[in-house]
Amino acid sequence: MNIDATDRRILQATAGGLPLTPHPFAEIARWLDLTEAEVMDRMARMQAAGVIRRIALAPNHYALGMVANGMSVWDVADDRAAGLGAQVGALPFVSHCYLRPRSLPDWPYNLFAMIHGTSRPEVETKRGQIARLLGPACRAQDILYSTRILKKTGMRLAEGG
Amino acid sequence: MRRQLPPEALDATDRKLLNHLQDGIEITAAPFTALARETGLTEAALLDRIARLREIGAITRFGPFLDAAAMGGAFCLCAMAVPEDRFEEVMTLVNAHAEVAHNYERQHRLNMWFVLACERAEGIASTAADIEAETGLTVHLFPKVQEFFIGFRVEA
Repeated sequence: MNIDATDRRILQATAGGLPLTPHPFAEIARWLDLTEAEVMDRMARMQAAGVIRRIALAPNHYALGMVANGMSVWDVADDRAAGLGAQVGALPFVSHCYLRPRSLPDWPYNLFAMIHGTSRPEVETKRGQIARLLGPACRAQDILYSTRILKKTGMRLAEGG
Repeated sequence: MRRQLPPEALDATDRKLLNHLQDGIEITAAPFTALARETGLTEAALLDRIARLREIGAITRFGPFLDAAAMGGAFCLCAMAVPEDRFEEVMTLVNAHAEVAHNYERQHRLNMWFVLACERAEGIASTAADIEAETGLTVHLFPKVQEFFIGFRVEA
């Protein structure tokens, strides 16, 4: 979808968050000198086209007690990776699961699965479950724990553009 | 390191709001009415609670989540091996790019992992090249080949 200048103004105005009022779309309309109906219509169209995935809350995993957050990474045989990836992604404790290219020789891993837990032993147990699921199709693995959020703003649109 | 909230910081209603609002709100004139009714709150009280959750750091954002690919752009996971004594300097250079949507420190030789979100797909390579030029470090690119989507959410 091509977004026009007005769509862009709406996305820029809400990049920092939705106004916390009972009628947030009317408030956005006031900011931008549009009607509430036009804001809602444009945002609904962007959501239908997938430009807006959802209008939702992003929890701070760490603050909520999910203090162990590990990016588990796996070197899975190419011919098995899609099928096994779908199974790993379906595990209840995996929040994101992706196939990505390797970056050899530094990085042999092609399957990435984010595991969240309240402690590292809990995450390690879950990692073991993934290892058993992958079996011999997995040739190497590692886990990268996050130690600090350095930035978390979400996607920002360039001004004007 | 980030601050963990004490368990008593959130009551049952806060937890219910956190769980519900991760799924997203409808685009309607009064999107909070139904949830307010369901939780037995007035809309004003519900909105006050969301504002408080943001203030105490239980949530990082409440707003639209955008998909760069749907507007002709791209996301790309990137990683760098940053020498410890240059970490803060490199972090400042990387984070200064508006295209960096989030950035995490991780325990590994590749210790800085960030996501580029660009409105045009070519922006990924050019932003990565800019970061390499500014830092003198290699940026490894890990674009997604396939995503396995699941409805995971944090149970608060």
